[in-house]
Amino acid sequence: MTMKIYGFIFVMWILIIIGGGIVVKFVGPISFSTEIEPIITSSVKMFLALFLIIIWVFTLTKIKNWVFKSQIKS
Amino acid sequence: MEEKIIVAIIVSAIAFFSIYVFTPILIKFLEKRNLTVKDANKIGNVMIPRPGGISILIGIVASEITLYFFFPISEILAVIITSILSFSVGIIDDRKTMGGWFKPVTLAFCAAPILLLGTYDSNLYFPLFGSVKIPSLYLALVVFMIPITGNTINSIDVLNGVVSGFMTIASFALAISLFILQNYEIGVACLCLAFASLAFYKYHKFPSRIFPGDSGAVMFGATYGVIAIVGQVEVIAAIAILPAVINSFLFLSSVKRIVEHREIKNPTSHTDDFKLKSTDDNHAPITLVRLLIAKKPLSEKQICNEILKLTVFSGVLAIITAFMMGVKI
Repeated sequence: MTMKIYGFIFVMWILIIIGGGIVVKFVGPISFSTEIEPIITSSVKMFLALFLIIIWVFTLTKIKNWVFKSQIKS
Repeated sequence: MEEKIIVAIIVSAIAFFSIYVFTPILIKFLEKRNLTVKDANKIGNVMIPRPGGISILIGIVASEITLYFFFPISEILAVIITSILSFSVGIIDDRKTMGGWFKPVTLAFCAAPILLLGTYDSNLYFPLFGSVKIPSLYLALVVFMIPITGNTINSIDVLNGVVSGFMTIASFALAISLFILQNYEIGVACLCLAFASLAFYKYHKFPSRIFPGDSGAVMFGATYGVIAIVGQVEVIAAIAILPAVINSFLFLSSVKRIVEHREIKNPTSHTDDFKLKSTDDNHAPITLVRLLIAKKPLSEKQICNEILKLTVFSGVLAIITAFMMGVKI
């Protein structure tokens, strides 16, 4: 079980690095034309960042269920 | 550089020895006034003094104020004020049991000094890929960061020596990361937290002579959070405390709401030889401790050692991440 927790921590670390990469390379550079208010651009970025966090939590939940559920039931 | 090393030694010594000397006095004071709580994982009616947060406050604030005399920068001032405010939130919870939402909401206000002193940079730094500027989102991050770190660290305060040992390892990992990134002033501020945690661990380790209480645990977390923000190492700081993040994540995903830990079913029970075993109750929350004892019962000391080993692992990942900050792909 302990090894699985180490594995889970490692997976979280990888997900943080990949998530950071997506934010820096794809979400950060998003910009619309100068006519559009900066607040709208910020809102879009915020929405995308929140969407990424939801995906991150969903992925972790799936991994957690897959790794730990059988152990807890036993 | 030589001056910074001398300052680091002076403030680290103040943080360590003020707690090392003051805690035994505090233990006697609390025992005399019957300010004790039952240690639930000991045979018999073992009563332990609480809150030890008072001595932690003295250690952290004394060392950080000394540091401020050497480096009068507003970042250190933000660390001092946030630490005091978070201690105040914790001591209210120690004296009077508050609802589950009390700490997150009041700790959000503890982030005010960071915003008012302007000690944040709205760039969020990631390893390998560089930084992203998120001005409006970062303000929300500052407000949420202190309640998250405060409550996350508080949630790991479950067994003798866990929270102080955990903070010692995580803070040293964060301090090393700050030195790698050449952020020396905040690195020394983080050393104060690390040595304060280490000195308190001396009295909190198994078998505990004092408990930190919410005032100590919440202040540990909030101070760690503010250092992460003013040092611009939010991602590294999150990685160093991943075992506590997992604990909170497992808890929230099984309970599915923010709730005070006193209100939920205990996820563990005791064997005849007083080892901890996982409860048979399916409605009890899943926690890190419950996972560690899922296969076989363990003693309190064994569980503490396992959690501290996990923290060393995440601390090493945090330091690797700090090295990766200098690499761009």
